[in-house]
Amino acid sequence: MTKLTPVLSAHWDEKDSFTIEAYTRHGGYAAAKKALAMDPDAVIQLVKDSGLRGRGGAGFPTGMKWGFIPQGDDKDHYLVVNADESEPGTCKDMPLLMANPHVLIEGCIIACHAIRAKHAFIYIRGEVTHIVRRLNQAIEDAYKAGHLGKGIDVVLHVGAGAYICGEETALLDSLEGFRGQPRLRPPFPAIAGLYARPTVVNNVESISSVPAIIANGAEWYQAMGTEKSKGATLYSLSGHVNNPGQFEAPLGITLREILELSGGIRTGHTLKFWTPGGSSTPIFTSEHLDVPLDYEGVSAAGSMLGTKALQIFDETTCVVRAVLRWTEFYKHESCGKCTPCREGTWWLVQLLRDLEDGKGTEADLAKLLDLCDNILGRSFCALGDGATSPITSSIKYFRDEYIAHITNGGCPFDPVASTLFVGAGA
Amino acid sequence: MTTEVVDMITVVIDGFEVNVPKGTLVIRAAEQLGIQIPRFCDHPLLDPVGACRQCLVDIEINGRAFPKPQASCTIPVEPGMIVKTQLTSPVAEKAQRGVMELLLINHPLDCPVCDKGGECPLQNQAMSNGQGETRFEGVKRTFQKPINISSQVLLDRERCVLCARCTRFSEQIASDPFITLNERGALQQVGIYENKPFESYFSGNAVQICPVGALTGASYRFRARPFDLVSTPSACEHCASGCDMRTDVRRGKTLRRLAGDDASVNEEWNCDKGRWAFKYVTAIDRLTTPLVRNASGELVAASWPEALAAAAKGLKSAKAAVLVGGRATYEDAYGYSKFARVALGTNDIDFRSRLSSNEEREFLAAHVVGSTTRYTDIDRADHVLLVGFEPEEESPIVFLRLNKQVRKRALKVTAIATKLSIGVEKLNGEFVKVAPGQEAAAISSQSLTGKSVILVGERAAESAGVLSAVAALANSSSAKIAWIPRRAGERGALEAGAIGNLLPGGRPVADAAARVDIAAVWGADSLPTENGKNSNEIYAAVNAGEIGALLVGGVDPLDGDNSQSALAALEKAFVVSLEIAPSAVTQRADVVLPVAAITEKSGSFLNWEGRARSFDAAVADSLNRSDLRILSMIAEEIGASVNLATVTSAIKEIASLGKWDGARVAMNKVSATSQPAVSGDQFILTSWRRLLDMGTLQKGEDNLAGTSRKTVAVISPKRAQALGVADGDQLKISTPLGYVNLSALVEDIHDDAIWAPRNSRGSQLLINLGVAHGAVVTVVKA
Amino acid sequence: MAFSNEDLAIMETIIKRYPRPRSAIMPLLHFVQSRAGYVTNEGIELIAQQLDLAAAEVTAVSTFYTQYKPTPVGEYHVGVCTNTLCAVMGGDAIMAALKDHLGIENDGVTSDGKVSLEHIECNAACDYAPVVMANWEFYDNQTVQSAKELVDSMRAGNPKPPTRGPNTLGTWKEVSAVLAGLNDGKANEGVQAGEPTLLGLKIAKGETK
Repeated sequence: MTKLTPVLSAHWDEKDSFTIEAYTRHGGYAAAKKALAMDPDAVIQLVKDSGLRGRGGAGFPTGMKWGFIPQGDDKDHYLVVNADESEPGTCKDMPLLMANPHVLIEGCIIACHAIRAKHAFIYIRGEVTHIVRRLNQAIEDAYKAGHLGKGIDVVLHVGAGAYICGEETALLDSLEGFRGQPRLRPPFPAIAGLYARPTVVNNVESISSVPAIIANGAEWYQAMGTEKSKGATLYSLSGHVNNPGQFEAPLGITLREILELSGGIRTGHTLKFWTPGGSSTPIFTSEHLDVPLDYEGVSAAGSMLGTKALQIFDETTCVVRAVLRWTEFYKHESCGKCTPCREGTWWLVQLLRDLEDGKGTEADLAKLLDLCDNILGRSFCALGDGATSPITSSIKYFRDEYIAHITNGGCPFDPVASTLFVGAGA
Repeated sequence: MTTEVVDMITVVIDGFEVNVPKGTLVIRAAEQLGIQIPRFCDHPLLDPVGACRQCLVDIEINGRAFPKPQASCTIPVEPGMIVKTQLTSPVAEKAQRGVMELLLINHPLDCPVCDKGGECPLQNQAMSNGQGETRFEGVKRTFQKPINISSQVLLDRERCVLCARCTRFSEQIASDPFITLNERGALQQVGIYENKPFESYFSGNAVQICPVGALTGASYRFRARPFDLVSTPSACEHCASGCDMRTDVRRGKTLRRLAGDDASVNEEWNCDKGRWAFKYVTAIDRLTTPLVRNASGELVAASWPEALAAAAKGLKSAKAAVLVGGRATYEDAYGYSKFARVALGTNDIDFRSRLSSNEEREFLAAHVVGSTTRYTDIDRADHVLLVGFEPEEESPIVFLRLNKQVRKRALKVTAIATKLSIGVEKLNGEFVKVAPGQEAAAISSQSLTGKSVILVGERAAESAGVLSAVAALANSSSAKIAWIPRRAGERGALEAGAIGNLLPGGRPVADAAARVDIAAVWGADSLPTENGKNSNEIYAAVNAGEIGALLVGGVDPLDGDNSQSALAALEKAFVVSLEIAPSAVTQRADVVLPVAAITEKSGSFLNWEGRARSFDAAVADSLNRSDLRILSMIAEEIGASVNLATVTSAIKEIASLGKWDGARVAMNKVSATSQPAVSGDQFILTSWRRLLDMGTLQKGEDNLAGTSRKTVAVISPKRAQALGVADGDQLKISTPLGYVNLSALVEDIHDDAIWAPRNSRGSQLLINLGVAHGAVVTVVKA
Repeated sequence: MAFSNEDLAIMETIIKRYPRPRSAIMPLLHFVQSRAGYVTNEGIELIAQQLDLAAAEVTAVSTFYTQYKPTPVGEYHVGVCTNTLCAVMGGDAIMAALKDHLGIENDGVTSDGKVSLEHIECNAACDYAPVVMANWEFYDNQTVQSAKELVDSMRAGNPKPPTRGPNTLGTWKEVSAVLAGLNDGKANEGVQAGEPTLLGLKIAKGETK
């Protein structure tokens, strides 16, 4: 049985965990001090050696990303932290920042030093007021304590409701004051990112993982996880389970293990389908309970580790309704730049709504799949690809359920049965 | 001509090798082979965006294939690249068909009533690369239609395919980001800020490059089907930029004009005046027959022989001079030039029917005639100095060219001006603020290099010493000079010698060898030897009784600062007027001869570069004759031979003149006048003409006029405070001749100066005040 | 409304946060909402002037992001998550009940101007589903009943406090100022984490049943 390994979450249970006092009480900002005394290249090497990979979904090696920044180019460099967490099901960065914003600031200091940046921007989604307060207060306190303002500045930038800004180049455009639409690549951000300067864009959890790596060394970090997926990470369990929540565990833990640790599927019900890493990752079923939740394991099983957002749905859930809702989300969040995503999601929603309402035909299923084929890999960025994932994967596993909607002339499920408050007189 | 070394790359597209310069995009490399990859957002003059995804192709490089089809409009060729387009890759073909289907699901099926139908890239490519039937059975997106985004541009949002060509043009080319993509996702749409319409001088280009019928021009909307139009290549007559154009005519009536494609001049753009101001030809009451003043003093219709005889008789019986406006074609101007010398025996001829000076005449002869400064010199310049010239208002394509270099490589632009203009602000130009009349000193303190270019406008003639200072600066720095007049015909008229100190081809009148050259070609025994008079001197000589007859072609006497003298002279002299419509000149003329408008004849203009911009008659079968033809007929009556019956004969004769390599006219240095002291309610007036104003050639096009800039009087913050005036307050500007009341705008301008548009609604300074630049005026809060 | 000199000074400080002024457009739009309640034309023109942009460029940005409102919202803006997980677990029922209870549609505002309603997408609190946001503060684990009580408390002028947030719920304008980066002094209020956030830690420490 894999053991949970609280590192980021180690002190979240202290009432004042978000204050600078609490953070320093547990050795906070010592790693920054240590890193600042090191050669920047040595910091990059250490992070490379640790095996840390991007926790925002793509899993790109963090140290390697830092190493792409040209050195000695006399240009300003920037660190941009992606705190736009908006992928459906994903809910790790926000609680992290609410409970301990300082670990991110310390990570920013270390990363800035490594990539020779003087400025870090934290781009946080705009719909989380209290976390904005906590982060701004933490930045203010870090300045007062002298951690910031001596060569490294951190600015919090608050978004305003656009999922696409989680895409790193859209995020950069948004941060520059434009509509958050993805940019052409190349040039990649490492060469021409924010203000066309070399820029590293990292996820909150990736940067927050750095202080502990500096403090404890690459070997300590490497000791956790699997061969190619090193370290520990936050798994977010939600949905039809008895006890949802955050679980910090070595990469490679399985859903079965997490469910056993946490208390399992909603009592009296059975697992029907789940996402390993948010709505853009193809869904899994109970067949996949033992898939190692690391980058390679999930990929080999036909999905993606993504943000490790484990959304659990039991047998009361209509998969067509679930997929329709996700598709409506992608339609709502499509930036509009490219044709396949903009027009394709518009059409997908109409097809799925008809199917859910029992007005579809079997030919519509074929049309749906062909449409997904015309969107996947044809769109400008991954949003369009993501929109097709729930559709194609759900038809793969639950084709019969789609057909049942057609033959039944409507949805065979009772929506009340799937609510949290079923039977509570609501 | 310099040859630049370009790395060439060979790639294989659909099995064919093509060798293209490094950096070429795949979509354009394919064009070299004649392979048309469908596209919407791609435009060769806009930055690649890769938004529409219509141009997806399969690509592999050195055996490594991209995992998914790539947008060929965003990928430059690389060595070892193998491209498979829709012609050879089933994946690319399906991807394109899929994108096309998606583009059409929300596109209305209103082609039969859409102006774009018949010349629509969406329609055409749906036929060539789409599938016959849609599988979409759902609900289409609809919007309220159409909406006016300016008085001349309409937007049908549901037709839009969101390629963003229009918004990118406005931002990247015109620097007028007044239309933007708004909202997002499937609701994304082109729009304006509700209180600020799409009032860009270049908005018509957005209409022209729209690949669907989403943007339409109000004046063409629902007027014609493209296949009913007869298109003729033409050149723009509105300014000296020299735009290549296309004129579309149906049943003898011009219905629209489009920017032509000339990479070395206007690229693919033009300005809204050039595009939409063409109705003047029909909006005005055209003269249809010759008129002759009878014994009782009335102008009455006459036959051509009768009128020609009367004209010849009048011109022959007194000392005569020639005034020709700046809109004559090169060939017509040559006709007037030759006519003055051969038929009238005089050098008293001037094409400058505007504010001008003898300093300018010498400058033109010494530094401009025959000069070869070109657009490419702007492209390569290290620094561009603007003197008496507002490119956006006075030569819009020069503005676009400057803007391109400013955006591409931060070209340094310096404007020596009395007021910071919108255009110079857009160019991030350095603004050297001077008092009206004091430009010369500021020019002298500039430091330029041999790679610099000085763009001099016709307004430089309005301050003494400016052109002398420009000449000195060019001489000391080796910077190139380009003189950019406003009117399309002035450079041609200069080259044709329609000016008192020059014969055709820049030959000085005062140079005996030059006169011999020309006399030989013209078959004349000799040519007059004295430099002729300028316009003002000609009017003065008429009023003094020294000149008794005037031949006047296309001149408005109110365009100068001596309109009283001009009108008096026209009353007094025997006047032969060649005109398209009744005017202040024809009213006072003794013989009026109707001539062809620009669309009715062929010919050419020389743009500011001296580059010939020739055009054919767009309206066929006009009975109207060109000035050239009529001049030849009058000359015959006089008994002299001009012998230029056709444009072709003029072109041949001009070509036969050969090159003048003798001495140029030397320029005498003129000093600046000292600045008049102003105090209290006195200001020094300064002005220029806006692109869209009360100009004669803009008559009859209200949609265009609706986008002109607001008429304002600009004063500095310090003077505004002293006058107790804020933005929007009324100012009364007066001279002994009259006054104008204008809305105040407090901006960056010399404290001694007040600026107003020279010829806008409510502000026709030369008519209302009799002055336009450098004169002291009285300003009070109205 | 007119922006005061003090407001203009705040806008200046917001612009100074960034190496390039245009980056300040988003916080400035939040700031405009904190003063005017929504993105007014006056606000657009002011931002355009301060950042040396065309007003159209500001509109292009403001209409892209859903948090910028082109028309007034309620003093308390309620967002019900109806993305898949919350919807299935009760978000749809809550949304339907609130529409009925308040007598307004999606994007509507009650006639007293107190409450507006919007269905929102995933708000990164899935382990607290179903989630309701009010002025972008967390109201976790909602039911139809609790959501009705919440909006009733708002209409009564005494809104219930957020589950994870400050001790009291600020108004839309007050919260918009926080999103513009202004400090309202409430960062230390409220819990550091809710129970689901701590579940893994407690299991690791052997503190669960």
